[in-house]
Amino acid sequence: MGLENTLSEGYLTTKLDTLVNWARSNAAWPMPMGLACCAIEMMAFAGPRYDVSRFGSEVMRFSPRQADVMIVAGWVNYKMAHAIRRVWDQMPDPKWCIAMGACASTGGMHRCYGVVQGCDNFLPVDAYISGCPPRPDALIHALMKIQDKVRTEHSVTLDT
Amino acid sequence: MSLELNEQFQKVINGLTEKFPGDVIDVYQSTGDTFVRVTPGAIHDVCTYLKEEQHFIYLIDVFGTDRFTSEDRFEVVYNILSLRDRLRLFVKVWLPEEDPEIASVTGIWECADWFERQTYDMFGIRFTGHPDFRRIYMPEDFEYFPMRKEFPLLGIPGSIELPSSTPDPE
Repeated sequence: MGLENTLSEGYLTTKLDTLVNWARSNAAWPMPMGLACCAIEMMAFAGPRYDVSRFGSEVMRFSPRQADVMIVAGWVNYKMAHAIRRVWDQMPDPKWCIAMGACASTGGMHRCYGVVQGCDNFLPVDAYISGCPPRPDALIHALMKIQDKVRTEHSVTLDT
Repeated sequence: MSLELNEQFQKVINGLTEKFPGDVIDVYQSTGDTFVRVTPGAIHDVCTYLKEEQHFIYLIDVFGTDRFTSEDRFEVVYNILSLRDRLRLFVKVWLPEEDPEIASVTGIWECADWFERQTYDMFGIRFTGHPDFRRIYMPEDFEYFPMRKEFPLLGIPGSIELPSSTPDPE
């Protein structure tokens, strides 16, 4: 397989950060916060055609306590904002957030008094996706951006 | 303007003008629909009559309009339907800008409950005699009426609370 050549002695040496980040970035389980039509594209993202399990994110977790990445898919009104923030606070660290589509990023076409003009008003967003709705490819791109971010983090060394 | 009404509808309009001679202000047609404007004080009697005598048993909608620069600023429109005679009638009332208030029709059509709450929520028109009179969409402590013309499109900053972005310390 080729791995035997690398592991001919039965071990390898690496940094702990690299190992932890490798594990974290390839098992980023999403918390689907599907609020509108973007959620349909998010389902396609998890389905067989786009198949996000190639990147280790196939396990949609409907419990925030088992999730790592929250995908805010759709427009957020003021009433829902409190529920989303509560779900976000229940997610264990480390956690990341994707604002999917124009509405979650900026309010989009819902320029009115009842809709929060971008979910970054109350959430720390890591990746924004343009589009209305974005294609599943774009969501995979955002996920890969987050994976890049995770891989360059000092996840263990700075925590101690 | 002459009205184009079928026999049944003519009977309804004739009955209405005979029963409430001083309260029917205007009868007109526009875009294929028939509108009757009545005085605000008579709305409960007019609606009772239309339901009991003319078989308008189905209240489809109640909504408000902000006519802004006009004399009587607010308008309440009742969209009613007679399933037996297949007639649709719009009943309108005009209300003043200061303290707009009108009698509730929930005693006649029970479904007016949420319609009237919505009209109050968006325009601030009060309905007297409503069994459960409070806002329906906006928070209870919200001080404005969003569908009024002077209300800004993006709302009043800070008038609706956003969640705290710092988690609970516990």
